[in-house]
Amino acid sequence: MNRRDLLTCHVTDKSRPAASMGPEFYTNAVLRTHENKPVKFYDDLIRGKISLINFIYTGCTKSCPRSTGNLVKAQKLLGDRVGRDVFMYSITIKPEEDDPEVLRSYARSHGARPGWLFLTGSDYDLTTIRFKLARWDHPKLDFDPDQHTGMVRYINDSLNLWTMCPTYATPRQLVECVSWIEPTKPFAARLRENYVKQAEIDRETRQAEPPRSVFRRAHGWPA
Amino acid sequence: MKKVPRESAKSKKQKPNTIEQTTHGNGMTRRTALKLGAAAGTLTVLTSRKSLATSMMFDTVPPEPTVCSPNPTHSPATTPFVQALPIPPVLRPFKLNPAPTKSANLAAGEAPRADHQRWEEFLPQNNYDMNLIPANHTFHPDLGPTYCWTYNGIYPGPTIIGQYGIPIVVRFHNNLPVDHTGFGSNTHTTHLHNGHTASESDGFAGDFWGPGFFKDHHYPNIYAGYDTFGAPGDPREAMRTFWYHDHRHSFTATNNYRGLNGMFLLYDDIDTGYETGGDHNALHLPGQYGLYDIPLNFTDKKFCPDGQMFATAPDAVPAGDKFIVNGAIQPFFQVAQRKYRFRMLNSGPARIWTFSLSGGKKFILIATDGNLLEHPVEKDSLELHVSSRYDAVIDFSDVPIGQSIYLSNIAPQFVSNAPEPLPDPNVNINNVVMRFDVTTTAQDHSVVPDTLCQYPDLNLNEVVTTRIWNFNLENGQFKVNGLIFDANRADATVKQGTAETWIIRNKLPASGWTHPVHIHLEEGRILSRNGAPPPPEESGRRDVYPIRPGEEVHIFLRFREWFGKYMIHCHNLGHEDNFMLVRWDVGTETSLVTSPVDSLGNPNPEAQPNPDPPILSRLYNKKGVLA
Repeated sequence: MNRRDLLTCHVTDKSRPAASMGPEFYTNAVLRTHENKPVKFYDDLIRGKISLINFIYTGCTKSCPRSTGNLVKAQKLLGDRVGRDVFMYSITIKPEEDDPEVLRSYARSHGARPGWLFLTGSDYDLTTIRFKLARWDHPKLDFDPDQHTGMVRYINDSLNLWTMCPTYATPRQLVECVSWIEPTKPFAARLRENYVKQAEIDRETRQAEPPRSVFRRAHGWPA
Repeated sequence: MKKVPRESAKSKKQKPNTIEQTTHGNGMTRRTALKLGAAAGTLTVLTSRKSLATSMMFDTVPPEPTVCSPNPTHSPATTPFVQALPIPPVLRPFKLNPAPTKSANLAAGEAPRADHQRWEEFLPQNNYDMNLIPANHTFHPDLGPTYCWTYNGIYPGPTIIGQYGIPIVVRFHNNLPVDHTGFGSNTHTTHLHNGHTASESDGFAGDFWGPGFFKDHHYPNIYAGYDTFGAPGDPREAMRTFWYHDHRHSFTATNNYRGLNGMFLLYDDIDTGYETGGDHNALHLPGQYGLYDIPLNFTDKKFCPDGQMFATAPDAVPAGDKFIVNGAIQPFFQVAQRKYRFRMLNSGPARIWTFSLSGGKKFILIATDGNLLEHPVEKDSLELHVSSRYDAVIDFSDVPIGQSIYLSNIAPQFVSNAPEPLPDPNVNINNVVMRFDVTTTAQDHSVVPDTLCQYPDLNLNEVVTTRIWNFNLENGQFKVNGLIFDANRADATVKQGTAETWIIRNKLPASGWTHPVHIHLEEGRILSRNGAPPPPEESGRRDVYPIRPGEEVHIFLRFREWFGKYMIHCHNLGHEDNFMLVRWDVGTETSLVTSPVDSLGNPNPEAQPNPDPPILSRLYNKKGVLA
């Protein structure tokens, strides 16, 4: 094991969720927030939380502004959940350019609200985390900053459930993906949802599709 | 061969219903009782019924395994050829209780869906029951049993064998763990690839449902072109080798890797499944199922040092280093000196197999993606993309008894097998997928004729419009026509009863990814690949079109019989989970622009008015060949 890993992946805390992969997987690398506070990656950011993680750099003018803009809208839709059980993290892939000061003005200029941290740290730690959370499994792309994945990684550490959503998806989709990694609701609640969903489907399909006989007549076939 | 205790499950299943009827025998119908129960949020009747129905069958549901240490570099060593090739058992029809209905039977626990289209016209004659449950499966005796998600407790799932003209309903019960943690999602939807089925039975990626509910999928088993050709449809449109698999959006790779897939075959008067009998049209290809008509479901997986299947949460499913056929690692299959029909399926998640046989043996390719070729094609090697199927005949009649033929993947990445001295020095054990041992003689009535079928007419005058689908990686996200998949947004509407030409491009020259593009509902014909006519093995009807970097493929498609939402998507399971899908609808009008707006209603800069179809008529002659 690398000496560095020994320092950052210290012994597992007993209070972590049973399903979690823990700091052995996520590392407990010390990162710095845009408020210039040191945080341990697993203990302070991941443990027991639902986290939305994406990778940016402030000098990225191609895709990052739109990505961050979408996440700002998603944060609004999530409302007071952000900071309570859902946490958002944007991690820089160019720590040499993005110090806490730069990240703070980036966060402020986009209107990111509390519950969303912008993080920097050592290049080694950030690359390790990025390869664990959001790699293409494609060396050419994984080392090209312009092609860094534009996906948001969703992690529910309590259940060790993962999913992802493109940052260019709609804010509604970005919020919907949170529900995919939440605990399964009680049966009765889901049954009630089924009736609501069925009413929606009936409204759409029973109007949208013409009766078969109408269709057959339109094509000159016997009805 | 493992068997699911069908009878006991059946008897258990019917008992609870009588309990319900006596409980609510005071003039209240069962339905209202359930509705009231739902309204009150108690649901005792419903939940107890379900748990009773499943308890007998699934008493021994294994618990979810603990997480294996992140990413072992390679799987433990296994000795090749110690297991015989398993043949998935055939699923028997089952009397469903309650009986399937046209509208979703929410009170009985069915998930919401649109009404079955043309239900009265294609009333189901056979019903089948499928339970998605966790079960232990042994991929290799050296590894021991490992935790999987299965259809009816076995991996691969049981094979459904149907007949054209006999509509069926398959009821999929989601009994995946409610308290699921880790790899995959306990919500699910099943796609029959590539059934000519109505949208509500197609397993649309956004229409998934959770544990405790079921959904009826109606498979009318009609030939495409039923309406224009008249009942029972145009047998030239027959597709014969299907597979069913989980299609839950963003979890397709993980749920399939966990084991949620199986085969589905349809026979008819032409391809009867028997080598003798039938009318004058009958082909007499090698049969029957399990004897000389053998499914081969290829996949690759990775295993932890303790023998558990490696399945931890990180996004992409791992590139497997164990070659698995029908759930067994490197099996052997004892064959007789005669012809066999193999239905080769690549069930993913991502590997492109290139198969070859030892001793200079050739594959006689008779069908691509389940559709017979006009003439058989002899091939030294077969490139099988994810989700594609090849029906290949291998003739062992000239192989001496006692000799073996090795099926190898000649695009290898394989390690960690126990070394074994091999009789054939020309075969590299690390590439071998399975071994055929010729052990006996047998009569062979089967025939592979020079002409297997006639293709349906390819009439470019039917084409009303042309659409372009650009598959691309931009801003670190997979996009089609510059847009992200949204299950609630259709990027194109095609008019039922019309034909279109679709141009698929892989605008990804930098990455080296091939996208096996799959189109739901209809099989297409490749008009041209990079401006040239398709090679013989691509001239037939297909539903998966591998597009290599920078390639452009033109496809002719008709849209018939059904309405609703369908998809075109990359079938590399990791790519589709990363949103490389498009929803398109069959409706009553042709949309004149493809992908005009994103789901926020913003104009899409990559949207294109569909090119004028007459250009195509000038490009291609009447047979669809480039002029």
